[in-house]
Amino acid sequence: MGRKITIEPVTRIEGHGKVTIRLDDAGRVTQSRFHIVEFRGFERFVQGRPYWEAPVLVQRLCGICPVSHHLAAAKAMDVVVGAGPGKLTATAEKVRRLMHYGQMLQSHALHFFHLSAPDFLLGMDADPAVRNVIGLIALDKDLATRAVLLRKFGQEVILATAGKKIHGTGAIPGGVNKGLAPEDRDRLLDGAAAVNAGLAIDWALAGVELFKDYQRKNKDVVDGFAAFPSNHLSLVRKDGALDFYHGVLRAVDAEGRKVLDDVDYRDYLDHIGEEVRTWSYMKFPYLRSLGKADGWYRVGPLARLNTCDYIPSPLAQKEFEAYKAYTDGKPNNMSLHTHWARLIELLHAAEVVKELLLDKDLQGPRLVEKGRRAPEGVGLVEAPRGTLFHHYRVDGNDQITMANLIVSTTNNNEPMNRAVHWVAVNTLSEKPEITEGMLNRVEVAIRAYDPCLSCATHALGRMPLEVTLVGPGGRVLQRKVR
Amino acid sequence: MSEIRFTIDGRPCVARAGQTIVEAAKANGVWIPVLCHYEGLKPVGSCRICTVRVAGRYMAACTQPVTEGMAVENTAPDLEDMRKSLIEMLFVEGNHFCPSCEKSGNCELQALAYRYRMMVPRFPYLWPGRALDARAPRLMLERNRCIQCLRCVRGIRAKDGRKVFAAVERGPRVTIEIDQRLAAGLSDAEARRAMDICPVGAILRKETGFAVPIGKRKYDGAPIGSDVEKGAGR
Repeated sequence: MGRKITIEPVTRIEGHGKVTIRLDDAGRVTQSRFHIVEFRGFERFVQGRPYWEAPVLVQRLCGICPVSHHLAAAKAMDVVVGAGPGKLTATAEKVRRLMHYGQMLQSHALHFFHLSAPDFLLGMDADPAVRNVIGLIALDKDLATRAVLLRKFGQEVILATAGKKIHGTGAIPGGVNKGLAPEDRDRLLDGAAAVNAGLAIDWALAGVELFKDYQRKNKDVVDGFAAFPSNHLSLVRKDGALDFYHGVLRAVDAEGRKVLDDVDYRDYLDHIGEEVRTWSYMKFPYLRSLGKADGWYRVGPLARLNTCDYIPSPLAQKEFEAYKAYTDGKPNNMSLHTHWARLIELLHAAEVVKELLLDKDLQGPRLVEKGRRAPEGVGLVEAPRGTLFHHYRVDGNDQITMANLIVSTTNNNEPMNRAVHWVAVNTLSEKPEITEGMLNRVEVAIRAYDPCLSCATHALGRMPLEVTLVGPGGRVLQRKVR
Repeated sequence: MSEIRFTIDGRPCVARAGQTIVEAAKANGVWIPVLCHYEGLKPVGSCRICTVRVAGRYMAACTQPVTEGMAVENTAPDLEDMRKSLIEMLFVEGNHFCPSCEKSGNCELQALAYRYRMMVPRFPYLWPGRALDARAPRLMLERNRCIQCLRCVRGIRAKDGRKVFAAVERGPRVTIEIDQRLAAGLSDAEARRAMDICPVGAILRKETGFAVPIGKRKYDGAPIGSDVEKGAGR
């Protein structure tokens, strides 16, 4: 009988995740799984609720990127009130876009600097007591301060557009409930805030440089770690540009061939299937045209920079060109390069935020449009961690009768399992002793994709890591708690 | 009209004959919390949130007229704690989820809970099973949030004077029902009045939720009662 290693819960993520790794008598990895161990059931209890409540209710799925759920639900309900794609006023669309890009900025900053950077800057084998954002402050106070302020800037953008930094109410079916106040615009552009739009761009650019420098010095680790081919899916703008708020679905395979292109996301059910496996509460989506075995795909920054043709902002486009050149224009399949892609996106988000702040449409008077009612609506956005699907049906009494949510984390379920398995095979197999640093590498792989499982695993909070090494006969060989 | 002299927590006040303690307090810039009471409706004193003490006796300030020389205790710590406990009871006996409720920021119960600094109710949640009624064209009756104050029953009438809302059953089983035929005839302005008269999020105007941004809602700027204390009611 072999043994089983359990990492539960996975740390520096939001939500509850568990990893189990089974080893045979010779210590070889025979199976590894990334489990989703919680269940909350938003899709069920949103049923019966008034449709206009959905954008405010479902965003409670998450504390890191609630704006994504807020906007995906609002987009779905736009369709229900007859103000679907192309029908919102310029003010409404741009205010929502500003909210979303502000969120992208804050969430990417949190993901990289607060949650993932400690692994790189302090080392994957560093003492867990210092391998965190507090350790980062001790190592480089300026960097840590900028990271906190960069995130704060994104949160301030959300506050100005949604009314609250977390769980606001800005987007309503058919539009928004407020424009951007001139005083908020001025404060965010160059006012008294600790950081402004221009500074955010500078700091984002410095973040890209930081990762590039680390990658240059640690090529083997960054390029080789959990690298495996996959399909990639995201929204792209109609002309192929990177777009987080709206567009058409595009998927490419590991070689860059288009598997899906120019697909209206309202037809997602024709193209995306969801497989259920008995050991996880999280489903496994796949591209129907490729089938369950081969149709799994990545979403998120890595996938987005693989599917899009260009980035519509100058500084991010320049970085994108260098990033694409590294893989000779082919899709990038290296898990840790997700952070590189993430930081380029952070830069793009900062550039777009500045551009939008200067746009006079944000002070426009027309906030809401309504048209002919529809019984069903699908809304999609690119959330920080990847493509997010919201789908609702609404009856004649205005009550929701069906909800289907495919969240980014769920889209990345198979890739995260593959990444975990890669680490297990390459760092844990046939080793005489399993160290804490080795197990941390499993978490590094998960964090590259997602520091936040709450929308898919449905629990909030951070708990200490418990690692149990179980020997033959179920005997506990090693237990580490932090 | 003759003036009546009385005190609230020792502070000399003046009332007109026939004024209730709540009305007179408001006129003197003193806030006494109310929930089932609504200006313009005959007070019924059912929620007891306005309970004050006069000569050692507890009474509902919304129904009790002021009398000459009356010494009203309003903010004694035990009274305030009793009011807080009443608010807590209202929270635990319904299903109040402020985070997703469109009345949040405009809700009197929520505003009272903030004012009384309710953190966690001292009573166990009852999690009652209550059905939402969305059949009326302009209104939604969300019974999970209903506190049975009967303001809608007393205040909302059709053009012919008939009541649109009614209380059915008694005691803990009481529920509010809506006359579907009368509700179908309500204008948009009447539906708005029904939503406004409800102190919580139990009566909702359809398709208008969350239209007022955070920061512009009734209680975003100052706690409930501040307007009275600033003298707006005088």
